[in-house]
Amino acid sequence: MEHIKTIETRNLCESAKKGGCGECQTSCQSACKTSCGIANQQCENKNK
Amino acid sequence: MIHQFKLGGYNIVLDVCSGALHVVDDLTYDLIEGIASIKEHQAELNKSNGSTGCGMIDEETLVERIFSDMEKKYEGTEMGDRREIEECYGQIKSLISGGKLFTEDTYEPMAGELKARTSGVVKALCLHIAHTCNLNCSYCFASQGKYHGERAVMSLEVGKRAIDFLIENSGNRHNLEVDFFGGEPLMNFQVVKDIVAYARSVEKEHNKNFRFTLTTNGVLVDDDVIDFANRECSNVVLSLDGRKEVHDRFRVDYAGNGSWEKIVPKFQKFVEARGGKNYYMRGTFTHANPDFLEDIKTMLDLGFTELSMEPVVCSEDDPSRLTEEDLPIVLDQYEKLAELMIKRDQEGRPFTFYHYMIDLKGGPCIYKRISGCGSGTEYMAVTPWGDLYPCHQFVGEEKFLLGNIFDGVKNTAIQDDFMACNVYAREECRNCWARLYCSGGCAANAYHATGSVRGVYKYGCELFKKRIECALMVAIHREFNQ
Repeated sequence: MEHIKTIETRNLCESAKKGGCGECQTSCQSACKTSCGIANQQCENKNK
Repeated sequence: MIHQFKLGGYNIVLDVCSGALHVVDDLTYDLIEGIASIKEHQAELNKSNGSTGCGMIDEETLVERIFSDMEKKYEGTEMGDRREIEECYGQIKSLISGGKLFTEDTYEPMAGELKARTSGVVKALCLHIAHTCNLNCSYCFASQGKYHGERAVMSLEVGKRAIDFLIENSGNRHNLEVDFFGGEPLMNFQVVKDIVAYARSVEKEHNKNFRFTLTTNGVLVDDDVIDFANRECSNVVLSLDGRKEVHDRFRVDYAGNGSWEKIVPKFQKFVEARGGKNYYMRGTFTHANPDFLEDIKTMLDLGFTELSMEPVVCSEDDPSRLTEEDLPIVLDQYEKLAELMIKRDQEGRPFTFYHYMIDLKGGPCIYKRISGCGSGTEYMAVTPWGDLYPCHQFVGEEKFLLGNIFDGVKNTAIQDDFMACNVYAREECRNCWARLYCSGGCAANAYHATGSVRGVYKYGCELFKKRIECALMVAIHREFNQ
């Protein structure tokens, strides 16, 4: 029986290899301005 | 580290450090919980007796105990069958060996690397176009736009210098962000337009792309503002608290008149004219409306679909401050909001909630996730007279004055403090499952709650963790129902 369904996600360990370009937004911009998080941000790395 | 929770009818297991996300059946959920307790037991013993193994029960015995517990718990069902339990355990072991469960945190040496690599590079400025406002909202963190100082507006000269400062300090960064903020920036609209014209006139020669955001209370929105913003601003943030009685409780003019009737038709026209470009209706909820879901429903009824609703930021003695009694209400509202999103998805009427936006396949890389929010380093706020602060929430706190756009950052001690803010800078964050989603949280919230930018605003953490659980659940639901 299949007990586990794995959702496709970005592999964070792998993201270390080509990450850190810094082109993404700073955390507090756009809508919130008072309770920052980074989960809802887009990666803007063109070479990932 | 893992985090497991049940929400929306799903058993969800997040492998914190790899980012892997699993939806599992009840047996697997319980088995993983058991394995987690074994690992915890072993880690505790290792810590207390220096890895001598003293007092440690071998793993095989512990697993056998868990199997036995499962047989009892699921007795009489298919999942109580020993072979099924062992098969399930095998599937879990495959995930562990594949680096998708109980992945170790090996990122600490990288913490600060991104900031060090980009040291001195600024990529975003929050321009305080006007330290004045045409509304008199008592809950305003910026003390009615004045930021605890005198009323002031930014001159074009200061604005242009801020653009030059950003270009000069942005290194190879192509995308540069500028927020027009206040107070109410439309009280100094001509300068906003002139700053944008100046930035556009110089961006190509410097190989930069400016992205502008305008935040407004709506009072001065007219056709000219709408045309300008839709042409030049990649995003607009429109302040609306939801229900009329909620909005008008705080968002009043200096004569005490509510602003809801005046601004809602303007916002509706504004959003319609945006033709799909980014916008957010941005509300604040307080002790007076912890049932903020009703305000979100009002926004939806008004035709808005890109929504953000933020907990109030105010001093401890402010009556609008959220209380401990409000906390369970707010957490429940977040869950109900997630349910509403799913319901509206099914009805073909989806909407966006800013904090539930989560891009599982293409979200931020690990460097971004462990580096902290960027305030004081890559992001700064500029006052109307050109002073630099770590972010808009520190403006007016003189000890956080970094320097100015004419002479640059001079207070390197404060900047170093912000540079050192990362996920591993706070002991509480090291052991928190949500650390790679908040990146250590908001330095201003931490400072105002604890007196230190490296403190932890625990109330905010509780809200944040619930929001991420809800965001993950909605994302899973959408994945299964695409």
